Amino acid sequence: MSRALLRRAALLVWTFLVFTFIFAPIISTIVFSFNADRFPSLPWGGFSLQWYEAVFADASVQRGLVNSLIVAGATSVIATFLGFAAAYVDYRYRFFGKAAYTAIVALPPTVPVVILGVAMLTFEGRIGLSGTLTGVTVGHVVLAAPFAMALVRMRLADLDPDIERAAWNLGATPWSTITGVVIPFCLPAILASIFLTAAVSFDEFMIAWFVSGVNETLPVRVLAMLQGQVSPRINAIGALVFAVSMTLVVAAQILLGRNGRRSKETQP
Amino acid sequence: MTTTKAGPMLEIDRVAKRYGGTLAVAEVSFTIGKGEFIALMGPSGCGKTTTLRMIAGLDTPSEGEIRLWGRRINEDAPWERDAPLVWQNYALFPFLSVVKNVEFGLKQRRVPAAERRKKAMEWMERLGIAGFAERGVDQLSGGQRQRVALARALALEPEMLLLDEPLSALDPHLRVRMQSELVRLHRELGITFVCVTHSHSEAFAMADRVVIMSEGRVQQIGAPREIYRRASNRFVAEFVGGNNLFSGTASSAGNGALRVEGPFGAALAPRPSEPAIHDGAAVTLVVAADRIDIASARSGIGNEIDARVVTLEVVGSSATVFLETAGGVDLRVQRSLHEIENTPLNPGQAVIARWSQDEGYFLPA
Repeated sequence: MSRALLRRAALLVWTFLVFTFIFAPIISTIVFSFNADRFPSLPWGGFSLQWYEAVFADASVQRGLVNSLIVAGATSVIATFLGFAAAYVDYRYRFFGKAAYTAIVALPPTVPVVILGVAMLTFEGRIGLSGTLTGVTVGHVVLAAPFAMALVRMRLADLDPDIERAAWNLGATPWSTITGVVIPFCLPAILASIFLTAAVSFDEFMIAWFVSGVNETLPVRVLAMLQGQVSPRINAIGALVFAVSMTLVVAAQILLGRNGRRSKETQP
Repeated sequence: MTTTKAGPMLEIDRVAKRYGGTLAVAEVSFTIGKGEFIALMGPSGCGKTTTLRMIAGLDTPSEGEIRLWGRRINEDAPWERDAPLVWQNYALFPFLSVVKNVEFGLKQRRVPAAERRKKAMEWMERLGIAGFAERGVDQLSGGQRQRVALARALALEPEMLLLDEPLSALDPHLRVRMQSELVRLHRELGITFVCVTHSHSEAFAMADRVVIMSEGRVQQIGAPREIYRRASNRFVAEFVGGNNLFSGTASSAGNGALRVEGPFGAALAPRPSEPAIHDGAAVTLVVAADRIDIASARSGIGNEIDARVVTLEVVGSSATVFLETAGGVDLRVQRSLHEIENTPLNPGQAVIARWSQDEGYFLPA
């Protein structure tokens, strides 16, 4: 009895330590973003919002944030659309080379981003996309679409193939079956995918660094600032980026969680 | 549809279906008349469901032709056909409410919203599920889902309804109720029902005609009573249950009768006109279990076989008595309970199994 209790306590402590290790840098960033002192040292120099004010006053940061939001928005929609299409093809059809097809679709995240970034720069340089937000978006779509496909695919695995056939049998054409049956069924996964791919794009640095040129996204701007000077403004930006990303990821998780519960309930 | 509606409604003409190397349906031909209740029956893997799916257009025949009112429909897409299917697992749309499920087909046919809601409610009323209109289908019991599936199909007011094992997922009590409800619906609507089932009791209880299939082929087509009284081959005789099959050697007994002698004993039966049976031929004699009487002493009338009681099985008001003849052949007798109440039937008891000479018939070799 007491041994079980001990084991439980040890597990709790261990879990706590792991989370502390993971989150300590982020928490310190957030804590020091409100510090009045110029340098991140203890004791705290008092609460202050001056670094946030400085960040919002900085035109280059503003531009970076707007660029990041545009790219993330476009990426999430395009990547989710492509991911859904890829997952549906995988679900719906049997064809020669299907294993190769799914492998290729899932490939981009396994390519080191440095290589992806260089490749994007070379390729987009040739077709005149490098240095544009469109160019950054294209790179991010390549990176994010496989995540979208994975999410939709997980949901489609729960869709009884007879459901589609039942729709055809009741007079629905394949197209209205997709819009009226498949998409509503996948909606939680599609929304989750929009949030998650937006987060992937919003956080992405390497491809954006190679491709963005003068149209810097926020992570690229942050690095540029870090190279210049170490300012507590970095902490403020970090805290903001963390808040945005976490919101997106948590929203995705909630949607997927509900999605999982639903499909369990529908089991007869 | 403006084609003339003469002749059989649906013709399945030498239809075969191959999946890769395997033959799901070998060669199947039968016709369905307007307003008939047809059951496709057979063990699993006999091709009955594949045949149904080809009628619905969910599978395309590899060979042969399916004709609706004389027009070839092999290549018609499922959404162009008017043959809604009630699925074995219901296949309801999980993200739609009950009423939206029932409306689905009407929506595809561009029926205005108010009208389709009205029609859907009518059918739900008729099937006793109007109270669940706004519920999600995951909140319904199996029996209620079944009704939603039926309402969803019938709301299209089709000329033919397809049912794939409609009762198999229900518990026994509900099954009997649903069975009589399907029969009632069929009678009231006057449309064609094509029902796939593996259960001979379901098929025989509901259908006007039964198509018995095995290994992708039709074994026998006929009215339930016809099949039950005269199986056309060994498979059917065994599959429909309740038959005794005796093998033996035939010899002429005069008076249009044949005498069969085998391990079971000896019995007389009418000589069939087709096929001709010669003296000394090996034959199989079929006698339905409910046509055999049990007596405690010989009377000298009809066929009489000495046997011993093995066991007695009582289900409701009917009883099945399992006997073993002196030659070690199993024999089953089905009687209503009150008929055998006064006969002692303890295991080991010696009895006489008796049946009239006319009740036996021969299977083709």
